[in-house]
Amino acid sequence: MIIIGEKISVIAKKVREAMNSRDPKPIQELAEVQWKAGAHYIDVNTGPAEEKGEELMTWMVESIQEKVHAPLCLDTTNQQALEAGLKAHNNQWGKPLINSTSNDPERFIMLELAAKYNSQIIALTVGKGGLPADAEERCGIAAEMMARAAEYGVPLENIFLDPLILQVCTTQDQAMHSIKAIKMFQELNDPPMKTVVGLSNISNGVPKNMRGLIDRVYLTLLMYEGLTAAIMNPLDKELMDTMKTTDVFLGKTLYAHSYLEM
Amino acid sequence: MAYVVPKESYNGKVLNVDFGKGDKALVIGGENALPFLSFEGELPNRPVIACEIQDTPPTDWPETVRNVYKDVSGDPVTWAKYCQNDLKAKAIALRLVSTHPDRDNRSAEDAAKTIKDVLSAINVPLIILGSNHIEKDASVLVAAAEAASGYNCIIGKAQEGNYKTIVAAALAHNHKLIAMSELDINLAKQLNILITQMGFDKEKLITDPMCSALGYGLEYTYSVMERIRLAGLMQNDATMQPPILGDVGMYVWKVKETVASEADVAEWGPLEERGTAWEALTATAMLIAGTNLLIMRHPKAISIVEKTIAELT
Repeated sequence: MIIIGEKISVIAKKVREAMNSRDPKPIQELAEVQWKAGAHYIDVNTGPAEEKGEELMTWMVESIQEKVHAPLCLDTTNQQALEAGLKAHNNQWGKPLINSTSNDPERFIMLELAAKYNSQIIALTVGKGGLPADAEERCGIAAEMMARAAEYGVPLENIFLDPLILQVCTTQDQAMHSIKAIKMFQELNDPPMKTVVGLSNISNGVPKNMRGLIDRVYLTLLMYEGLTAAIMNPLDKELMDTMKTTDVFLGKTLYAHSYLEM
Repeated sequence: MAYVVPKESYNGKVLNVDFGKGDKALVIGGENALPFLSFEGELPNRPVIACEIQDTPPTDWPETVRNVYKDVSGDPVTWAKYCQNDLKAKAIALRLVSTHPDRDNRSAEDAAKTIKDVLSAINVPLIILGSNHIEKDASVLVAAAEAASGYNCIIGKAQEGNYKTIVAAALAHNHKLIAMSELDINLAKQLNILITQMGFDKEKLITDPMCSALGYGLEYTYSVMERIRLAGLMQNDATMQPPILGDVGMYVWKVKETVASEADVAEWGPLEERGTAWEALTATAMLIAGTNLLIMRHPKAISIVEKTIAELT
């Protein structure tokens, strides 16, 4: 499974301070440690970044890729900043991933940028008017977005469909709808569509000591339905061990006594 | 519309392993497709057949194959030179059977001397094999690795019970190493992990999942080899990407089909033809399953398999 390391986020105080003072070291260290722990992409969440967004994203991309030879997942709602990030991104280790477009017309610009820079893109199956009710509605939105992507010239293999994970503590029935959507998304195309989730959303709002357990069990169920990628914390060893073990059961990794060490 | 050949695509690549030195050095592995499927990927190196000799006259080999070497097998240096110069062997595999406690129980020092003598007489790459006695091999192969220092040999076989000392010796003297497990793909992977966790470069490793002869478990060997290749190529499992060894001769030249005389089983046909066919067929099956390096005994069987390789390459 593809792991998108989530730790570099403006929400984290240490990251925010490093961003504000343009101190590359804490950010590079956080990128490196995630990469070594098995992340295939490093998410770079600069938030709305209204002030000097372009310069900030360029600096982030260059600072991280100086140390980490992996593609990045560019996570901002600021389209100028995003474009600056795509320009700065070194594609030598893989295409970048835009996080994200949706069925909201304000986010269509992201598809335009994905086409222009031959980037991959996360498509959240949510429209302007509220949250999707079930898996079928998510599929309907996905189909609309796939058609729109084709209009913009984004190939389907560059799209990761995201069912939008909602927190189990307030919308319990949505947990199963999202799992079902992962299965149904794949059937929208041949070869199957790629899928992604922001895993930790599931445990938002639950007591801190239970979050890990909830994330782990939910990841297993999603993987069973064929999940391609997850935005998650690769430094969470129990989560990584759960993922590796699920891959053994699914026949994607050959068992050996030391499989957790690989 | 023109017919398009359906092609499989692969995520991984078999590692290149070189052995020997100078212009006779060889490279095996490097392919990113299943055996001989050159239309699906790159297969830069042909499989190699090493000619097997041993450090003591082959009294335990059946007559058919013993007779071929009867004038040279009294001494390993003469035998090795014969394989290189007369049979044009590309590599030689020297098995130190006399060190086995149940045979002559010769010492590690004796083995080291034999290796030095053989190495100074040949210029093709040498594969050095113990007697397959876990404890004894640990000391014999350490001495062997030292004696062969600088020759970039392949030494083996490191097994679960003795790999630590043998890996350390191969590491110290810069040799390639055969890691052997007994017909179990999960244990094969585990042994490779343990060896690389000692700091041994996976690009110096050769996997021996254990051979078996046609009619005597060949399908198990075949299946394990094939699954190792699929894990390395399809799942890009880095621990399953070393080249594979098929140690064919020793498993073939003891089964009844290669030993039973024409007087006893007339309906089975001429003994020599039967024996060489048995070895050639077993080896060919190994090649199709993914073997990169074969160890064989009978020159006729070797030439049959060389011809097959040439036709499929």
